Amino acid sequence: MSAGEGVDSGPATGTGELLDSLGPRFEGLEPRPTTDHPATRCRAEFIRPLLKTLRDEYGYLMLMDVTAVDWDEESPRFTVFYHLLNPKTAQYARVSVDCLDDDEPEVPSVVSLFAAAEWHERETYDMFGIRFTDHPDLRRILMWDGYPYFPLRKEFPLAGIETELPDSEVGEATEAKVLPAPMMGGPFVAQSGQPMSASEPRGRDESWTEHHHRPEDFDALEGPEQPETLEDRSGDKPRIED
Amino acid sequence: MKQNGTELGYNSKVEGDVVVTKADAVINWVRSHSVWPMPMGLACCAIELMGASASRFDIARFGMEVMRFSPRQSDCMIVAGTVTYKMAPAVRRIYDQMAEPKWVVAMGACASTGGMYRSYATMQGVDHVVPVDVYISGCPPRPEALLDGMMRLQEKIRTEHSSRELLGGREEQMKLRA
Repeated sequence: MSAGEGVDSGPATGTGELLDSLGPRFEGLEPRPTTDHPATRCRAEFIRPLLKTLRDEYGYLMLMDVTAVDWDEESPRFTVFYHLLNPKTAQYARVSVDCLDDDEPEVPSVVSLFAAAEWHERETYDMFGIRFTDHPDLRRILMWDGYPYFPLRKEFPLAGIETELPDSEVGEATEAKVLPAPMMGGPFVAQSGQPMSASEPRGRDESWTEHHHRPEDFDALEGPEQPETLEDRSGDKPRIED
Repeated sequence: MKQNGTELGYNSKVEGDVVVTKADAVINWVRSHSVWPMPMGLACCAIELMGASASRFDIARFGMEVMRFSPRQSDCMIVAGTVTYKMAPAVRRIYDQMAEPKWVVAMGACASTGGMYRSYATMQGVDHVVPVDVYISGCPPRPEALLDGMMRLQEKIRTEHSSRELLGGREEQMKLRA
């Protein structure tokens, strides 16, 4: 079903219609490829007027989520996403804003429009390091103040990076530190396209543990020295046809 | 107490009003039967901890029903749940505020080893910041497992050199602790 189909929602709500009526008012508004809800890309300077228009004129009263995507090598590297809901028509809309600066990403805050944005933006800042200008209280929300990294950036390993505990007194007394977690062959990922019995989350290679570390040059190793991987093993098993 | 015609245990006719025992045995007996837990509930294990203290499992049978939310009034911290790095200093500070003698039970996989959370945010076992006496496996452990762990803690308390720790000098205390 295409977005907006069969729903009487006053002004236009479908992807095309929404863009048709908004396009002339906001320069640089372009559609994003989408499989579910109307989605549009917006320039950073227009995000506040655009969300205000969507809220006041199109009935998108609820801000459901603010998050971001790190595109890794690409530029622009960071894109901030806003998910809006029209509670009368149960229609969602997605708005994205590219951060122009890849090193110090920055987007205007929308807290003045949606109070709900305050914690969402703090979380996005905490995880991606995207600064929301004019945010009333832009602090970390999940990690502690003074944590030096942004954990959801692509270059940050899941296991973490060694650093100090949030409380230096406790850190000194216990000699405890924030240490990379032992991955034990993880990260543990579900194998798709297999019968359920074989698709449970598991390490891709379970041959190293806390005691048998992954060799530094593992990727360079070849031949019989390299432990067999899960994919190799699953080939030997008789496949269950489902 | 009469059992099959044989008298067992304390006989007031023979021994009068005097009971002969060791100071350690008395102190440990008292301590092990009035462990006041401090529920450090951090995740779903805390729900099982609540279950253990309710009527079905009834932790009161072991004299442990007095859950105190003030570290000053408790002597066994039950760390029930995931210890994040952000929370770890708070756990340590609460432990520091507890009066001696004190014990720590790591309840469940997360408190013992980090459990399934092998990530940047989770401390891989609360024993990095506090000395743990008993580890309880499970995710979360059943209330029976918690009770079993607490009974093992009682057994451990009964083997301690309490009188020497109480009456001995500071140096000896540190030696015993090490």
